[in-house]
Amino acid sequence: MIGYVASRLIRAVITLLITVTLVFLFIRFSGDPAAALAPPDAPQEVIEQYRRAMGLDKPLWAQYTAYLGAMARGEFGYSVHTGLPSAQLFLNRLPATLMLGGTALAIALLAGIPMGAIAALNRGRPIDRAVMGFSVFAFAMPNFLFGLVVILTGALVFQTYVGASEDTLLDVLPPALTLGLASMGAFARFSRSSLLETLNAPFMVAAEARGIPRGRRMWRHAGPNAAIPLVTLVGLSLGGLIAGSVVTEQVFAWPGVGQLLVRSVATRDIATVQFIVLAIAVTMICANLIVDLLYLVIDPRIRAR
Amino acid sequence: MSVPVVTIEGLSVALPDGGDRPFAVEGVSLEVAPGETLCLVGESGSGKSVVAQAVMGMLPVQLPLVAGRVTFQGQVLPAQRDKAYVRLRSARMAMVFQDASASLDPLIRVGDQLIEIARVHGLSRSEARKRVDEMLIAVRLPDPARIARSYPHQLSGGQAQRIVIAGALLLNPALLIADEPTTALDVTTQAEILTLIADLQRERGTGVLFITHDFGVVSDIADRIVVMQAGQVVESGTAERVLHAPEHPYTRALLAAATKTGDARDATGADTILTAQNISLTYRLGGPFARREVQAVQDVSLSLARGRTLAVVGESGSGKSSLARCLLRLEDFQAGRLTFDGQDITNVKGAELRALRQRIQVVLQDPFSALDPRQSIGAAIAEGPVIHGTPKAQAMERAAELLALVSLPPQAIDRHPHEFSGGQRQRICIARALALDPEVLIADEAVSALDVSVQAQVLDLFADLQRRLGFAMVFITHDLRVARAIADDVIVMQNGRIVEQGPVDQVFHAPVADYTRALLHAAPGRTLKEGAA
Repeated sequence: MIGYVASRLIRAVITLLITVTLVFLFIRFSGDPAAALAPPDAPQEVIEQYRRAMGLDKPLWAQYTAYLGAMARGEFGYSVHTGLPSAQLFLNRLPATLMLGGTALAIALLAGIPMGAIAALNRGRPIDRAVMGFSVFAFAMPNFLFGLVVILTGALVFQTYVGASEDTLLDVLPPALTLGLASMGAFARFSRSSLLETLNAPFMVAAEARGIPRGRRMWRHAGPNAAIPLVTLVGLSLGGLIAGSVVTEQVFAWPGVGQLLVRSVATRDIATVQFIVLAIAVTMICANLIVDLLYLVIDPRIRAR
Repeated sequence: MSVPVVTIEGLSVALPDGGDRPFAVEGVSLEVAPGETLCLVGESGSGKSVVAQAVMGMLPVQLPLVAGRVTFQGQVLPAQRDKAYVRLRSARMAMVFQDASASLDPLIRVGDQLIEIARVHGLSRSEARKRVDEMLIAVRLPDPARIARSYPHQLSGGQAQRIVIAGALLLNPALLIADEPTTALDVTTQAEILTLIADLQRERGTGVLFITHDFGVVSDIADRIVVMQAGQVVESGTAERVLHAPEHPYTRALLAAATKTGDARDATGADTILTAQNISLTYRLGGPFARREVQAVQDVSLSLARGRTLAVVGESGSGKSSLARCLLRLEDFQAGRLTFDGQDITNVKGAELRALRQRIQVVLQDPFSALDPRQSIGAAIAEGPVIHGTPKAQAMERAAELLALVSLPPQAIDRHPHEFSGGQRQRICIARALALDPEVLIADEAVSALDVSVQAQVLDLFADLQRRLGFAMVFITHDLRVARAIADDVIVMQNGRIVEQGPVDQVFHAPVADYTRALLHAAPGRTLKEGAA
C-alpha cells in the first residue's frame, strides 16, 4: 500500500515536471517572445532591450534553470498588459470559473447518475430508451450551440439577457446547464452500464439467495460496486473544471479563467498564458492523484497491492 | 420416510421462443428427505440449475413456471420472486454456488457479509456475531478471526467456498441447494469441501439437493440420484442402483465418461521433437516500491517425441500453464534451454520465431473467449495460413477440409462463433490450430470447460487426429482422468517443480511421490472406478 501511494506520488511529480518543461519549450519555440511583445514598428535595439530584460539572451539551459527557480519561489512573471502578477490575474478569475464548473458538475452528477440508475433498473423499457436517447443528444450537442439556444430562449421567452453577471445562483444556472449537459449524458450512460454489470454479477444473485431484501441489496451491494468505475469519470471531470469551460465562458461572456485565457492568447500575454496552462495541468494531475488515492479507500482489492 | 423437506411435482418451466426446445424443464418430479443427499445430475443445459432456481423462487422472468407444484416442509411455496421468499431464503432454504469468490461482495469483509445474513433475518447484533463465530469454526477455517476480517479476494477458492457454506448454513436451513459447488476447485480442496458438507449435513439433518455434472462426485456423496437430460428426468433411484445398474443409455454414457481410462498405446522409439532443459520462469510483480517475485516454473526438464502425448498434471498455481507459455516462447524465461527439432530455439527472434510459431500451435481452455466473435469460422481457421503466405482461396479450401476433419458441417465455414456450442467451438479451435500443420500441439486445459460427455468426444478427436496427422501433443490438465485417457507419459507438477514423471501406467498405478498419491486419492469417484475395473 505504501508502495502504491509512493509510486502514484512520484508519477504525479514526474508528470508535473514534464508539463512545466513542455510549457517552457513551447513558449520559447513558438516565435520570438521579445518580438511579439515589442510594438510592431519597434527598432531592433528596443527588441534587444526587451530580450535582455526578459533574460532571453542567455543560453537555453540557463533560461530553463532560471525558469524552474522562479517557479520554485512562486514567481510566475507579470502580465505585460496589466502589469499585475499573472497569478493574481488568474486568482481573480478563478472563483467565477469554479462556481460555474462546480455548479455544472453538480448538475451533471445529480441528474446523470440517477438517470443512469433508473435506466438500468428499467432495462429495455421505454424509460430506458428515453434516457439513453437523451444522453446521446446531450453528449452530441456542441456546447456553443446549446449555449446560444439557452440565451435565445432567455431573451425571447423570459425577456431577460442571461450571462455576464455572476451575482446570484440564478445567473449561474444557464451557463452551468450548458456546460453540464454533455457530462450529464456521459454520467447517465456510464452509470447505467456500470450498474447493469453489477446487477448481473454472481454476488448479486447470491445476495438474493441469502434472503437480503431488494432495497438493501441495491444500496449496500449494487451501489458501491457500481460506483467504483464512476469515480474515475468524476475525477476526470474535476480535472477539467478549469479547462472545460473556455467555450461556454465565451458564449455567455462569463468573467472566468477561460475568457482570460482566450484574451491572453490573443494579446500574446505570455506570462498569463503560461500560468493558466500550468494551472490546468496541475488540476488535472491533482485530480488524477486524488482518484488514485480514493480508490485506496473504496476498493480493498487495490489496498492489498 | 419422514415428511420430505421439499417435494417437486410435475415442474415445467418454459424457454423463451426460439430456444432449442420449448421447455427448460418439463414434468420434473423429485423429493428430498431430511438428512438426505439427492444428486441431480446432468450436463450443462439439461435444466438442473433451473430446478434449483424454481425452488428458491428465483426463476428469471424470461423463464416462466408453467406447471407444477413445489411443496416445502408441507407448505406450497409462494409464486416466483414473491416478497414472502425473502424470509424463507437462507433461514429455511439456502444455496451455494459454483464460483464462491464471485458470490461474495468484493467490497465488504466476509465476516460482515455473514453477519448481514443473520441481521436481515432478525438476529440482534451480538447474537449474529456469536452465531457467525461459531459457524466459522464449524466450517473448519484456519484462523477464523483473521479470515472474518478478510475481503473475498484475499481468500483461496476453498476458503471462499467455506465462507459461502457458513453463510448458507448460518440459520440452520432445512434445505441446502448446492449448484456445482466444487467444480471450480482443485481435487484436494474438492474432497475437503465434500466431506465438510457431508459432516455438517449429518450434524444438522439438512436435506441436500446437490447439482453436479460429475459422476465421480456423485458416487462419493449421493444417497439417491436423479439424472436429467434436455429438461427431463431420464432416470432416478438409489445411488447404489443407478451407479451399478444404470438403465438409461444417457446415464450409462455419463458413467462411462467418468470412468474412462486410457487404452494402452505402444511406445514407439520415435525421435524427439521438443525438449526443455532446466527451464525456470520468475514473474516480477508490482511497481518499483513493492516488488514481489513469483517462481512460476523451477528447473523443469522434459522431452516430447514425435506423435506422442505428454500430459502435464497439477493443481491451479502449480505452474503448468506458465510452462506451456514457455514452451510456446510466449514467455521469456530466465534460465534453461528449449530445443525444437534439433534447433536451439531459446533465443530465436523475428522471422525465425514467426516460422517456429507455425510449427507449434496451441488450443486454449475457454472456447468461448478464444474465438473472435466478429470473425467467421472459415476466416478464423484460414487466418494463420494466410499470414504465413498461403493464398486465400487455398486456405479457405483447407479450412473446409479441416472442418470435416473435426466433424463439423461444411456450412459452418460462414457462421460465427456464437452459433456454436462449447464443444463445437473447441472443435473449431482445434481445426484452427491444425490449419498450419503443426508438429507440436499444446493443449492448455483444452477440455476443462466442457461437459463430461463432450469432453470424452473431444479427447477422442484429439487422439484420432493425432493418429492421422502424427503431431506430438503436450496436454496440460488438472484432471487426472483426462491425463489418463489421452497421454502416453505424465509429468506431475507442484509449486512450479516436477515432482514425478513417467509413463502413464506407472504414474497412475505405482505413484512414487506423496503428492501424486494425494492427488489420486482426492480425485472423486474412486469407489466408482474400483467397481468398474
